[in-house]
Amino acid sequence: MMNSLISLGAGFLDWLEAVGRAGIFIVQSLVRLPVRLGESINLLIRQLYSVGVLSLVIIIVSGTFIGMVLSLQGYSILAKFGSSGSVGQLLALSLLRELGPVVTALLFAGRAGSSLTAEIGLMKATEQLSSYEMMGVDPLRRVIAPRFIAGVISLPLLSFVFSAAGIIGGMLVSVGWLGVSDGSFWSLMQQSVNFDTDVINGLIKAVVFAVVVTWIAVYQGYECVPTSEGIGKATTRTVVLGSLAILALDFILTAAMFGDF
Amino acid sequence: MIYEDVSLDIPRGKITAVMGPSGTGKTTLLKLIAAQLYPDSGHIFVDGQDIHSLSRSDLYKVREKIGMLFQSGALFSDMSVFENVAFPLQEHTKFDASKIERIVLEKLHSVGLRGAAKLLPSELSGGMARRVALARAIALDPELVMFDEPFTGQDPISKGVLVELIRQLNDGSGITSIVVSHDVEESLSIADHVCILSGGHVIAQGAPSDIRASDDAQVKQFLNGEPDGPVPFHYPESVVDEQRSQR
Repeated sequence: MMNSLISLGAGFLDWLEAVGRAGIFIVQSLVRLPVRLGESINLLIRQLYSVGVLSLVIIIVSGTFIGMVLSLQGYSILAKFGSSGSVGQLLALSLLRELGPVVTALLFAGRAGSSLTAEIGLMKATEQLSSYEMMGVDPLRRVIAPRFIAGVISLPLLSFVFSAAGIIGGMLVSVGWLGVSDGSFWSLMQQSVNFDTDVINGLIKAVVFAVVVTWIAVYQGYECVPTSEGIGKATTRTVVLGSLAILALDFILTAAMFGDF
Repeated sequence: MIYEDVSLDIPRGKITAVMGPSGTGKTTLLKLIAAQLYPDSGHIFVDGQDIHSLSRSDLYKVREKIGMLFQSGALFSDMSVFENVAFPLQEHTKFDASKIERIVLEKLHSVGLRGAAKLLPSELSGGMARRVALARAIALDPELVMFDEPFTGQDPISKGVLVELIRQLNDGSGITSIVVSHDVEESLSIADHVCILSGGHVIAQGAPSDIRASDDAQVKQFLNGEPDGPVPFHYPESVVDEQRSQR
């Protein structure tokens, strides 16, 4: 009994310490200012490409399919109440408020987060990070900061791309296939979507998820055990911890934004 | 605990070989000298300064004068050979692009790889990668270059090339070199000063000829590669028990 209490306490302290270390880590990499601005922008653009642009395909394809499925499901229920025209409203609200940020963040953790962790971990294993240090160049500034910032910029943008792809996919199914009139599809959507409560709240969610997922990914890479096994485990942790954090935070944010207290 | 009561001098402008069996912490010693690791006790003076008492920015300034050749080469995989060698120059000097290009090509020329400037690290053989890393380590004309196992995993030709390059570097520009290695013949052939570490202690120190003439049983076992001697062939079980009980 006593022993399990002790190990519980020790585990909690370890966790607190890790959170503290991760916090100091990200603050340090952002606070240390770049020496040469032009080069930093170059590094950022390169990372925006590999983290953001290369994630576009998976985001657009998934968004389209999710929009199509939502339309099919939504139509079959709404038609029972004779309000199949509202399918556009259903699509836009569920995508902007929930599915856009959440599913994009989950896909992002799997696609970009894991590759960030593996890349940084491999840099550590091949002594590239030590090499920067030895040259008097801070690896936090050079390697971590551009990747973190690129993630925080990319994910919210990808989330809107996802929502747009979803709405187009949903329109193809409901208007093109199920025969919903396109006038009611668009006008009901326009009437019901509120910029502040829906678009901005979705954006806030996406930004929060972006910070958390990218933070976990770069930290896991930087702190991993520099062996093939260690990098594998760190990559898995990025995806698992990232996904759990997204879902838990989504509940908290949704409760705060849309809950009636 | 890796080291206990170790004291050694690295003479300026000479090649010092630090040798010893695997696992004696030779790489750790280099990391201590570069202050990538901090000792629990004791001091290391680099160019007269206690390197572990420096502030971060002072430390980075000292490191500009230190070149390090990592065991794996540690070339930046997202940059070409040229960009790798140019990187320290771009970071630490205000030279314009044409001057940087001239220096980079000159350094690559000195390791015989001027023709490989456009290749990526993944397109190089192990020996070539290490030579590029050497060119990068000397790009800023450092005063001290540390070589971490430069000969390990190299074919005889590459080994010969590296030995020749390290020697030339030292003769030509008077760089202080520390070569960490367990390749006995290569190390003894280029070193001016040799230091053998084992079990956390310095077991022999001196000129290569003194080391060769040493009567010490541990030194002899190491130099001649005898499987059994003061370092036993059988790994003692008692050590494992001791380590486990300490945890």
